[in-house]
Amino acid sequence: MADAGTPVLSLKDVTKTFPGVTALDAVSLDLYPGQVTALVGENGAGKSTIVKVLTGIYRPDGGEILLDGAPVRFASAQDATAAGITAIHQETVLFDELTVAENIFIGHAPRTRLGLIDWPAIRARAAEILDRIDAPLDPMTPLRELGIASKHLVAIARALSVDARVVVMDEPTAALSRKEIEELYELVERLRGEGRAILFISHKFDEIFRIADRYTVFRDGQFVGAGRIADVTEDQLVTMMVGRSVDQIFPDRDKAPGAAVLRVTGYSHPTEFDDISFTLRRGEILSFYGLVGAGRSEVMQALFGITKPSAGTVEIEGRARTIRSPSDAISAGVVYVPEDRGRQGAIIGLPIFQNVSLPSLGRTSRSGFLRLAEEFALARDYTKRLDLRAASLDQDVGTLSGGNQQKVVIAKWLATKPAVIILDEPTKGIDIGSKAAVHAFMADLAAEGLAVIMVSSEIPEVLGMSDRVIVMREGRQVAELEGAALTPEALVRHAAGIGAEKAA
Amino acid sequence: MSGFLRSREALLTLVVLALLGLIAGRFPAFVAPGNLAGVFNDTAPLLILALGQTVVILTRCIDLSVAANLALTGMVCAMLNAAAPDVPLAAILALAVAMGAVMGAINGLLVWTLAIPPIVVTLGTMTIYRGLIFVISGGEWVNSHQMGASFTGFPRAVLLGLPVMSWIALAILAGFFLFVARTPLGRAFYAVGGNPHAAVYAGLNVGRTQFWAFVVSGALAGLTGYLWVARYAVAYVDIAAGFELEVVAACVIGGIAIAGGAGTILGTLLGALFLGILKNALPVIGVSPFWQMAISGAAIVVAIAFNSRSALGRGRIILKRAEGAA
Repeated sequence: MADAGTPVLSLKDVTKTFPGVTALDAVSLDLYPGQVTALVGENGAGKSTIVKVLTGIYRPDGGEILLDGAPVRFASAQDATAAGITAIHQETVLFDELTVAENIFIGHAPRTRLGLIDWPAIRARAAEILDRIDAPLDPMTPLRELGIASKHLVAIARALSVDARVVVMDEPTAALSRKEIEELYELVERLRGEGRAILFISHKFDEIFRIADRYTVFRDGQFVGAGRIADVTEDQLVTMMVGRSVDQIFPDRDKAPGAAVLRVTGYSHPTEFDDISFTLRRGEILSFYGLVGAGRSEVMQALFGITKPSAGTVEIEGRARTIRSPSDAISAGVVYVPEDRGRQGAIIGLPIFQNVSLPSLGRTSRSGFLRLAEEFALARDYTKRLDLRAASLDQDVGTLSGGNQQKVVIAKWLATKPAVIILDEPTKGIDIGSKAAVHAFMADLAAEGLAVIMVSSEIPEVLGMSDRVIVMREGRQVAELEGAALTPEALVRHAAGIGAEKAA
Repeated sequence: MSGFLRSREALLTLVVLALLGLIAGRFPAFVAPGNLAGVFNDTAPLLILALGQTVVILTRCIDLSVAANLALTGMVCAMLNAAAPDVPLAAILALAVAMGAVMGAINGLLVWTLAIPPIVVTLGTMTIYRGLIFVISGGEWVNSHQMGASFTGFPRAVLLGLPVMSWIALAILAGFFLFVARTPLGRAFYAVGGNPHAAVYAGLNVGRTQFWAFVVSGALAGLTGYLWVARYAVAYVDIAAGFELEVVAACVIGGIAIAGGAGTILGTLLGALFLGILKNALPVIGVSPFWQMAISGAAIVVAIAFNSRSALGRGRIILKRAEGAA
């Protein structure tokens, strides 16, 4: 594996912007035949955007895509497929109700002379492809009967059925068992042996070093570096991922946490997390850091009564509490501002004041009837604090911009007068200016004596805002960092599990 | 008030008035106060059921079992009256409401605890309730001569110029304005239908809210069951067959979004009145029954097209100057 030769597919200075956000800033990426290239980067580095550019779902705003050295343009996903580029997603995009063979050939099924689907040919060719990848699957099995690993095999078979030259694998091992991962590695090696170019996106350093020939590092939508895996160490990769000039300014905070408000001990869930224990104090900001899918949001959802934990105790302000539903949590003084604020936050169609008062209706009604004046007063107080710009509190929340809708959602939670506020990815997808406003606001909340939990995947934010950080990996609490121990390298190491075996 | 003038309800009011004007042009006696009161009385069952259906649809559900519920409760009331004429009317009314509420609660529990899609649940219970009528009656009719005078007389008794049935519908209507706009449960119907995920996070129990909507709808269907049987002085297996669709139509025409979370009680009132006027006026001006159905059907399609058009027109609010304007 000396020199790689010429790349099959190259991205040159590709830029992709969304309103307020530059997702990709003149990045380059080369994929070589018969080589596995690992794409490495933190959350928000632009990995999923590049997958969408490669597969024709997004069109880049600048730069070019070269296929065998010639510029190409993908107007649609079909164009990318026709060019021999196929993607296997973290959660496979297949049809549960169709058979394995139908899934492999859907969209490009062989036809008979009459234009009907040639079933014998589909069966035969599906069997042949499955055989080639040593997949022990019957082409006529309905997909819904298969496990995730087998579905991945079907997705790979589908990629081969169009004779893909470039296979993009977006965190393919995220949901697989150890044995299934080994089988996937063998398959990747086989694809490599057949001369296909593979882009392998992963957070896990062990598998990057196990499977990849080359690496490319992105950070904040920018190209940082690329080269051969043999020439780089784990530490160098970590440094490339996190090394940054901190250009964000975080509010100064007087860090003097008060009495314990929330004490969680041995909190466990059958499938999502295990043995989580922590204490949260008044005026403190405690962050939960980890990779996507590490179980952070799941812990918070259990604390808020959305899901049921199987073991563990929760003490709020010194009293043991059993939280069975969100309304229990709200009355115990715990509120949760979910990550997906579009879906889980505002109720479009209801006026602003009704959105704000919704969790507080118990307080604003008397003898079973709502008192609109009270609701208005509540909404006026809290939206004013958040500097909401709206002509009237009577207008539909759907007529507000995203930023102002978010203020309504936060006002809704503050109006319940909580003791603990959990903010899940509070600045995800918003522009720098709004981020600073959210950070200042969090600092204010803590200064007023609220206990704040922040779930965040953004390292600068975690470093800049937190008093303490709990790192989670694969559903477990792997580190609690504070003071001098709280460094970007430490966060990434614990979250990715580098050196965990040695330490344990 | 400018908000109202641009609202769907204002438009519907205009449509209803235009319809009345059109009919008056060809048949002036139709708009005489006495006749209009009669039309309202005829529309009362539709209005009562549509109000119940409104809260069900607001929570993203649908109740197809209302007409079967009405018929079963009506049959039970009629048979009870025929068998035991001494049972007081108040007890029969209470029984009708309670029976209807229980049937609604069965729908609600199936939707809430087993998470079965409401259309499937109520399609099933609709058939079961309708089948039960046959089981208890053996397919026999209960005729007017078997019913007591007070049983059949109550809905028809005239009080301050209107039959009791109309007064009941008006009282329920007034109650609904208060219930939907001024109680936590009324608010919950909108929240749960508007965004169920967000409602969960706000501490509302989506399933329980839907359960109560079904109970309300069922109770009203039960009450209407007695009123219907008493007014027409007959009970048999097939009364009000297919009426559930007319009820849903009244809601849809009134602007209750089938996707849940949007619509008003005033809209439902107007939707029911529109259908009621149409049904009463078309035979008077000599339109054949086939055209009556086609016209009702066209009204539904137009209303739905109107609903989806007005939803399409609104894009996402990204421009600052667009904020608050929609």
